[in-house]
Amino acid sequence: MTTIEGAKVDPENEQRVDLQAELDSSNIQEVLDRLDRELIGLKPVKTRIREIAALLLVDRLRKQFALSSQTPTLHMSFTGNPGTGKTTVALRMAQILHRLQYVREGHLVAVTRDDLVGQYIGHTAPKTKEVIKKAMGGVLFIDEAYYLYKPENERDYGQESIEILLQVMENNRDDLVVILAGYKNRMDRFFDSNPGMRSRIAHHIDFPDYSAEELVQIAKLMLADQNYRFSPDGEQAFARYLAIRMGQEHFANARSVRNALDRARLRQANRLFARREAKLTKVDLMTIEAEDILASRVFLESSRHGNSNTHR
Amino acid sequence: MMSNHGARLTQGQFSYLPDLTDQQITAQIKYALKNNWAVNVEYTDDPHPRNTYWEMYGMPMFDLKDPAGILLEIDACRKTFPNHYVRVTAFDSTRGWETPRMSFIVNRPTRESGFGLVRQETAGRTISYTVRSYATDNAEGERYRR
Repeated sequence: MTTIEGAKVDPENEQRVDLQAELDSSNIQEVLDRLDRELIGLKPVKTRIREIAALLLVDRLRKQFALSSQTPTLHMSFTGNPGTGKTTVALRMAQILHRLQYVREGHLVAVTRDDLVGQYIGHTAPKTKEVIKKAMGGVLFIDEAYYLYKPENERDYGQESIEILLQVMENNRDDLVVILAGYKNRMDRFFDSNPGMRSRIAHHIDFPDYSAEELVQIAKLMLADQNYRFSPDGEQAFARYLAIRMGQEHFANARSVRNALDRARLRQANRLFARREAKLTKVDLMTIEAEDILASRVFLESSRHGNSNTHR
Repeated sequence: MMSNHGARLTQGQFSYLPDLTDQQITAQIKYALKNNWAVNVEYTDDPHPRNTYWEMYGMPMFDLKDPAGILLEIDACRKTFPNHYVRVTAFDSTRGWETPRMSFIVNRPTRESGFGLVRQETAGRTISYTVRSYATDNAEGERYRR
């Protein structure tokens, strides 16, 4: 009796695989944790990366049962304002895809229009192909991809480059992952005029702007990387600086923060140099004080604006 | 007696073996890339052993990380010249070497015609020998037909 009952059990359901073991063996958790630690904010981006990682991991387990499915398309578009971390995330993405064995080498080739489009007839195809060959086994990151398409010039060679890219994105899906990046609205227009491109990109990820608190956190992380830190006053001053700077034009999120910090370091060095008769401690050398921030031109201009407003 | 059945061209690496599969070619190229050698694709329809310089198919490929791009180029060359010899060479630019470190054939004409031995009688009944390819009787581009 028992043997008959045993025979009824479907052997396919007997075999088990361990998702946790697979996760551990891929070391992917480590990369994801680092992503959480080192990238402030960017909730939707992190969620999507986790989803992609989960998909690829499950795909690997399915392969163990010989459940074949097509390799998922992982071409992506990153849209967002400047300085929201598109390049940084692309670099991490290459690492993650490498850990999950989706790409073989896991390097990132970052290019712009200049690297893809040639100057004269017959120059574009070899140039684009060369870049593609370099990116094979890794990730091709095309920054400001909408410059590839210039509708106002019908003889522009960008279109040729797009066509080659499309072909490779379709036929060499196993060999490379293409990530297009740029401002949201201009990328939308680019995709509208290149429907083939839109349909070949599975993941459209939008990078939100950082909030003021997130930017302060980013600033602290950047300073810590370079063995600096804010004094408590300095941090408050920087928060005030950001509040003004964010309202001004050409604000580029984390990139503006980096530039502001570079200038603050310059002023800190100047301040220490001006009082060179006093002996300095290690802490002095590390600390960015409020006055290093407050000397910024941003405060000057805002106060001038404020004055002119009251005069009026 | 025929010494080389099918008149197979034996130049470069692996030429006594059956033709390499794409997978095997990939593995060889991976080795070349690992050593930072620049890989390029060349073709000819004049396979005389002393014809060292074959035509280059495109530029040599520097800074590549993965063989897939080179395989793409090999396939393109095979498609353009299905009845030519195509070989892959890997160039080592290290000072002191500055020479191809690998070279192997990846495409052959369907019918290889091989080489003939020409004996020339010179002064005092001395014989001088030379090797000539049967294929070179025809003009370039018309040497190997299906």
